[in-house]
Amino acid sequence: MKKVTEGLKAVAESVALCRPDVISAYPITPQTHIVEELAQIVADGKLKCEFINVESEFSAASTVLGASAAGARAYTATSSQGLLLMMEVLYNMAGMRLPVVITDANRAVSAPINIWSDWQDAITVRDAGLIMMYAEDNQDCCDMHYQAFKIAEDPDVQLPVMVNMDGFILTHAFDPIDFPSQADVDKYLPKYKPLDFLSANNPRSFGLMGGPDRYLETRYAMAETFKSITPVILKAADDFKKMFGRYSGGMIEEYRMEDAETVLVSMGSTISDLKEAVDTMREKGKKIGVLKIRILRPYPAAEIKKALGKCKRVICVEKAISLGGPGILAAELKSAIYANANKPEVSNFIIGLGGRDVKQEHIFELVEKAEKGVCETEFIGLDKKLVEEMDK
Amino acid sequence: MVAKRAKNILIGNPGTSLANKTGSWRVFMPVYDKTKCTACGMCAMLCPDGCIHGDKAKKYDPDYDYCKGCGVCAKVCPVKCITMKEEQK
Amino acid sequence: MTTQTAENVKLFNSGHTACAGCGLALAARLVLQATGPKVIIVNATGCLEVFTTRSPQTAWGVPWIHSLFENQAAVATGVEAALRALGRGDEARVIAWGGDGASADIGFGGISGMWERYDDVLYICYDNEAYMNTGIQRSGLTPFKGHTSTSPAGKASLGNMKQKKNIPAIAVAHGLPYVATATVGYPKDLERKVKKAMEFKGPRYLQILVPCPLGWGHATSDTITMSKLAVESGLNPIFEYIDGKLATAMTVKQKPVEEYLKPQARFKHLFRDAAGAEQVKLIQEIANNNFAKFKVEAVK
Repeated sequence: MKKVTEGLKAVAESVALCRPDVISAYPITPQTHIVEELAQIVADGKLKCEFINVESEFSAASTVLGASAAGARAYTATSSQGLLLMMEVLYNMAGMRLPVVITDANRAVSAPINIWSDWQDAITVRDAGLIMMYAEDNQDCCDMHYQAFKIAEDPDVQLPVMVNMDGFILTHAFDPIDFPSQADVDKYLPKYKPLDFLSANNPRSFGLMGGPDRYLETRYAMAETFKSITPVILKAADDFKKMFGRYSGGMIEEYRMEDAETVLVSMGSTISDLKEAVDTMREKGKKIGVLKIRILRPYPAAEIKKALGKCKRVICVEKAISLGGPGILAAELKSAIYANANKPEVSNFIIGLGGRDVKQEHIFELVEKAEKGVCETEFIGLDKKLVEEMDK
Repeated sequence: MVAKRAKNILIGNPGTSLANKTGSWRVFMPVYDKTKCTACGMCAMLCPDGCIHGDKAKKYDPDYDYCKGCGVCAKVCPVKCITMKEEQK
Repeated sequence: MTTQTAENVKLFNSGHTACAGCGLALAARLVLQATGPKVIIVNATGCLEVFTTRSPQTAWGVPWIHSLFENQAAVATGVEAALRALGRGDEARVIAWGGDGASADIGFGGISGMWERYDDVLYICYDNEAYMNTGIQRSGLTPFKGHTSTSPAGKASLGNMKQKKNIPAIAVAHGLPYVATATVGYPKDLERKVKKAMEFKGPRYLQILVPCPLGWGHATSDTITMSKLAVESGLNPIFEYIDGKLATAMTVKQKPVEEYLKPQARFKHLFRDAAGAEQVKLIQEIANNNFAKFKVEAVK
């Protein structure tokens, strides 16, 4: 049934349909409506769940870590500073192989303090051992959540999954959302059966110290797991289609790439802007397409390598920056296509940080620039007057 | 076949520390004079390594597999029936 | 000789790698003897975690989890919530353990949050009065004028400048139904308090003073002696608060603080000159104040 719903509330309703046993979260803009809505759903008796208010995101993550270790399906949501405060726990949760699902409303990181959208928050935790999904729109985002629990809890995975949605652009947008029935979700995502959990009936120790003689092997196991997650992600989407009739999955998505000489690469809601710009440029005869990175971790290197086998030019459009380093998407993408016989030029642009509007003309501008020569971490959409006046 | 969950590294089975014989650390060893021991159990109750066992009938004995030789037992024994003697190795 | 085998695994087992004479290892065993097997332990990073669980071995015979240095309270909240959510509330009760650093310093925000939420968790702070696991650095519970590697005594300093942070009082201020202190030198009192704590629902706090031969600089055989002297000197009063009211306080014959301080290397700088002697007088005042405060008759 389709219902016009705000992005965050749609996520909350989707999460509730997944019947988590324990939810713990802390308010932070632009994620807050998820917590509020879930609290209300629990307060109304629509979901039987322990909803735990905590004094920080650090404790929210720790609470769901404990709940997951005790065998519960657990969920939390956060954004920006909150995610950074969780960071230590996220590494730990992944290392302990706990299948928690986390929503991150992607937001800029302070300073200066800024509540608006970019990817900097989640990008900083990409090495933690989380599976990372990026939603293009709110239907995609809701569908990712049903799949996220399924993927996280898969016996061959047992890792936390983070679903990323761009702050405000998606979180506060009202869209018609197709919500599945509880009965169908229950069929798709049965009650969680934990493999190993804290129990007085089987009194084992979790979270042991791993010295130099054993730590390497635990990381190796995680790395090996990540190598084999792709089929699990793809199957979760296939099963989802069988159950709900729509395909909402894939590691990457190709848009108008069949004969494209130039390919714009990005993630999240920016993809919608790029698709619109590509349609306009196509009308003018430009052979251009879009490659969406839907899953950032595990990094879909093979899929990207194949998709970019023929093009002449790749342009990464990035809403996060590694200060003093190369473009983040560009660096990873270059390593993915390094072995290709075809070596396209790779440019990257920084755009839309801290919620700066990404306009169609910005996209035309960056394509034009890249066509003239390779660009490295070049900023688009700067207020030139402000830049000139900044240190006067 | 790769064990992807590293379960046997990340999860410990109860009491497996018993495989670690900490008695090798010992420099001084407690020696009991059973003729003086009243089996009060004070040594067993206060042993930091929990390695003194016994009962009223058998009286008490340290488990030298684990005893680190701290000497707490000798110190707390109300009848002073435990002597710390240099380990002969 | 009695030999321990896999067939007689206890709640807390030998083979752990605590230093010889460790007061904390003793405390862990005494606590579990009092609780029995129906508990789940959440352990902060620190000595207790390190010396009991080096992969793949564990000294624990009860379910146990370690996550981080400062999240033991919130992890305990999550475990407790999960048991309730999964209809396993009768299976076990949750105990969170942390050292003085994990409890009074880095993890304190989380503990305050857990207390305010009124979660059904017994929080035990094992207080060895410094960050022993990392090599004896000062914590919020390091005693006045104690030498540690980050509050060293030197020409211009006589050790730690601050008195111990009063966590029990902060716990009482949170409205906890049960707050108590104990120490390993009085094992029966310790066991009674653990059992008493388990009679209450909601958050409870137990602070156990555990001598550390390495950090305090006393003979390994003196662990129990130092524990008792800590109480007899008046520097570590033993009491319990029930529903915010002082219910019992241990009455002991007062001994001068020198008897407690002198055998410990961490206080040896106080016995060199007149400046040190001045400080000992101040320490005696702290002890006297404690005696005045906690000299109470036990109530029923």
